[in-house]
Amino acid sequence: MAVCVAVIAKENYPLYIRSIPTENELKFHYMVHTSLDVVDEKISAMGKALVDQRELYLGLLYPTEDYKVYGYVTNSKVKFVMVVDSSNTALRDNEIRSMFRKLHNSYTDVMCNPFYNPGDRIHSRAFDSMVTSMMIQVC
Amino acid sequence: MGAGPRQVREAGPAQPGQREHGALAGRWARGRRMADAALFEFLHTEMVAELWAHHSDPGPGGQKMSLSVLEGMGFRVGQALGERLPQETLAFREELDVLKFLCKDLWVAVFQKQMDSLRTNHQGTYVLQDNSFPLLIRMAAGLQYLEEAPKFLAFTCGLLRGALSTLGIKSLVTASVASLPTCKFQVVIQKT
Repeated sequence: MAVCVAVIAKENYPLYIRSIPTENELKFHYMVHTSLDVVDEKISAMGKALVDQRELYLGLLYPTEDYKVYGYVTNSKVKFVMVVDSSNTALRDNEIRSMFRKLHNSYTDVMCNPFYNPGDRIHSRAFDSMVTSMMIQVC
Repeated sequence: MGAGPRQVREAGPAQPGQREHGALAGRWARGRRMADAALFEFLHTEMVAELWAHHSDPGPGGQKMSLSVLEGMGFRVGQALGERLPQETLAFREELDVLKFLCKDLWVAVFQKQMDSLRTNHQGTYVLQDNSFPLLIRMAAGLQYLEEAPKFLAFTCGLLRGALSTLGIKSLVTASVASLPTCKFQVVIQKT
């Protein structure tokens, strides 16, 4: 269960960012912002690697004492960043992968919506409800 | 004389649904795919006809606007396709991989066939050639209708440009026809 989910465009501005309502939501925004550097590093490392397979899932970007940050990049260089509570040790790698896959599918649906202009913030209710299902249920 | 009730016997397999379903399912699926292609062709023909009928300025200015409207529509569709089609594939390593994806996966998804040839000068220009372009093949084979052909290619040029733009490549796509139904799409990568 995620604590914060963000979709970042190719030009590194947020298309969608949502966190659970706490007193200090800004810290999640900062975390996502700083994780972008790590994402760029991983992408360029991937480019230099001689491995044939280039995965879309980037894995754990960096851990802090309370939270873990995971990343995923699509072929169109749109990045998904997910912040997860560290105390939730039950979350396995393939669960995170499936959450990212759901995000990717919903994002593709948003992109195919003719009323959506690529580059705008995402206001789709279907996308919102999919993200709600992934976030921690508070109260 | 008095014809009694005729006995009509239902011949056929004991479970009529079961055995037929497999054979019919194949035929239905193929029919559905053909229906998609036919629908797209008809829609495209109508789009071109509609945009041509309505502009009040039949001179070159009005014509260019219709062409750019068609190209704009293709661009938006290409952006969406560029997001959806490579969803399961791994990240592209270089520009040539993206062009190969266009020639194979994109063309098969939209036109049910692959691009016939891809050439490059390795300096940012690619020429994609299709020897029997599905949107032109119904019109003629040869030199008839050569002047009408460009308006049927505008949407596809936009489609290519849109897909490239989603995949991170800014480009300029033009099309040329020497003789129907063979056409060439020239993609020039814009270096920013």
